[in-house]
Amino acid sequence: MNGFDINKQAANVVVWLLLLTAPFWLVSVGGYVELGSRVLIYALAAMALNFLLGYTGVLSFGHAAYFGLGGYGTAMVIKFLYPSTPLAMLVGIVAATLAAAAIGPLIARLRGVYFAMCTIAFGQVFYYISFQWSSVTGGDDGLSAWQRQPINFGVATLDILNDNKAFYYFVLAVFAICVGLMAFLLRSPFGRTLLAIRENERRARFLGIPVDRHIWMSWVISCCFVSVAGCLYALLSDFIDPRAIRWDQSGNFVIMAVLGGMRSFWGPLIGAAIFLVLQDYISSHTENWMSFVGLFFVLIVLFFPRGVLGLIKRKSAS
Amino acid sequence: MSTLLIFNIVNGLIIGAFYALMALGLSLILNLSGVINFAHGGFLAIGGYLAYTLIPYLGFWGALVAAPLLVALIGIAVERVLIRRLYGRDPLYSLLLTFGLAFMIEDGTRFIWGAQSLPYQIPAMLSAPLSSSLFFLTGYRVFMMVLVAAAVIGLFLILNRTRLGLRIRAGTLDLETVSVLGVNVRMLRNLNFGLGIYLAGLAGVLASGMLGLQPTIGDSLIMPSFISIIVGGLGSLPGTLLGGILIGVASGITTVFFPSASEAVIYVIMAAVLIVRPRGLLGEEGRF
Repeated sequence: MNGFDINKQAANVVVWLLLLTAPFWLVSVGGYVELGSRVLIYALAAMALNFLLGYTGVLSFGHAAYFGLGGYGTAMVIKFLYPSTPLAMLVGIVAATLAAAAIGPLIARLRGVYFAMCTIAFGQVFYYISFQWSSVTGGDDGLSAWQRQPINFGVATLDILNDNKAFYYFVLAVFAICVGLMAFLLRSPFGRTLLAIRENERRARFLGIPVDRHIWMSWVISCCFVSVAGCLYALLSDFIDPRAIRWDQSGNFVIMAVLGGMRSFWGPLIGAAIFLVLQDYISSHTENWMSFVGLFFVLIVLFFPRGVLGLIKRKSAS
Repeated sequence: MSTLLIFNIVNGLIIGAFYALMALGLSLILNLSGVINFAHGGFLAIGGYLAYTLIPYLGFWGALVAAPLLVALIGIAVERVLIRRLYGRDPLYSLLLTFGLAFMIEDGTRFIWGAQSLPYQIPAMLSAPLSSSLFFLTGYRVFMMVLVAAAVIGLFLILNRTRLGLRIRAGTLDLETVSVLGVNVRMLRNLNFGLGIYLAGLAGVLASGMLGLQPTIGDSLIMPSFISIIVGGLGSLPGTLLGGILIGVASGITTVFFPSASEAVIYVIMAAVLIVRPRGLLGEEGRF
């Protein structure tokens, strides 16, 4: 084991310790527990996107669609069908994953800008559906008047409805499972193949790797995890509306991944934390937060394209 | 029924012409510089608002000439200061940058001109219907179609008959060789960007008279413009034009029979094209 690996282990321990203790120190540094949950949810979305963006090298600008599908699925099941949080999440995740799997073959052949454009366009389909089909989705007003349900484990009940901290730990548990699965996948031969495609697609093709199929699989996995984040997002405020599914949401995921560092596993978590804390601060001080978010995008692209972790890695390497 | 059908086909043609006008600008920039300009809708809005501000001083016709030119100048400045730095880098960065620009422009126009829809005066001679049987065919609609057609013909004349156009077309195929042959590629991309933004500005001046002027005016046009490019084929300007008109008319016809699907049909066409012909109707093989 060399020094870099030890650093990596240490970083993992620090990250998990910080996340596990967050509800206890967040308030004393001026935050609140709900903000912690939101950071975890967006971090999961950005990390899921980064599975495709950073580790497969494919640029998607339409992930908000699957985020929103997960959220709408969850909300609709609890509101119209059956009041069970796990069932609702399952339905949301399956719906989003199926949609991604169906759209995947249409775009897996495309590359670069063309891929990005098509993901944006297909993402908008779901925005229009959520906006137009108001008898089911509530249209512009969104779906409200429903509540996340306490989870019954048989021996004990986790009251995520009334206890903020319980909900935080529920989100953290889901986050941990998803992140663990993604880390496992990336370390598997499949994940290594994705890296090979990112580094040199032509060579990967010459080696006999079915590149398009791998990109399709990576896309479906990435969309599946982003839909988990979408489910949690709907549960967080017991509400979902078309703004969760619009293209600017996809842009938010991408900027979080870039801001934290696309080439590092924990980068998107850091990006999400910085982005959401700034957004929280700015939107409570000015009405023109959109200008600031826009300016933020421009500044990151111009001066900070490698992200926080990219910068640190580079410093320590030199 | 037939009147309704004709009405919606004409309507679709007009909307399609707007899609095409916007998509042609996007396409020009994308082909030569590899940048997807997400802020295109923002530039369109600036065009509309500048025209609104200029009309009291220059009249409608003066504003129609001046506003798109001013927008093009703004576009050229933006390219020089911001976009230029991103050429040759991952398309991710230019997408994010223009994304941020779109936010800033939308918020900026709201800050300067207000969030509510502004009244937009078009000359009386243009707003009257041309005949009583075809009541929907106002002079303004015909005028818009004629002007869009003129702009498109003008664009293709520039591209096919001038030295600048020759260089833009050559640069689209092989920018490096063009550069080696002694063409100032930085200047070329700069002017090309301005030309694309000019088309957005012109579309803005015209669209404001029809859709009403508000900061989000570009939002309903940007996605169909993307789809026009995808349907028509990346790298082909005639394809983009065809794609825009095709989806406009298709969505107009759908309005007659199945109004709630008028937006969805655009995406269905895109999906069909991607299945049958991933490079687009007139796109070249293997370009992307």
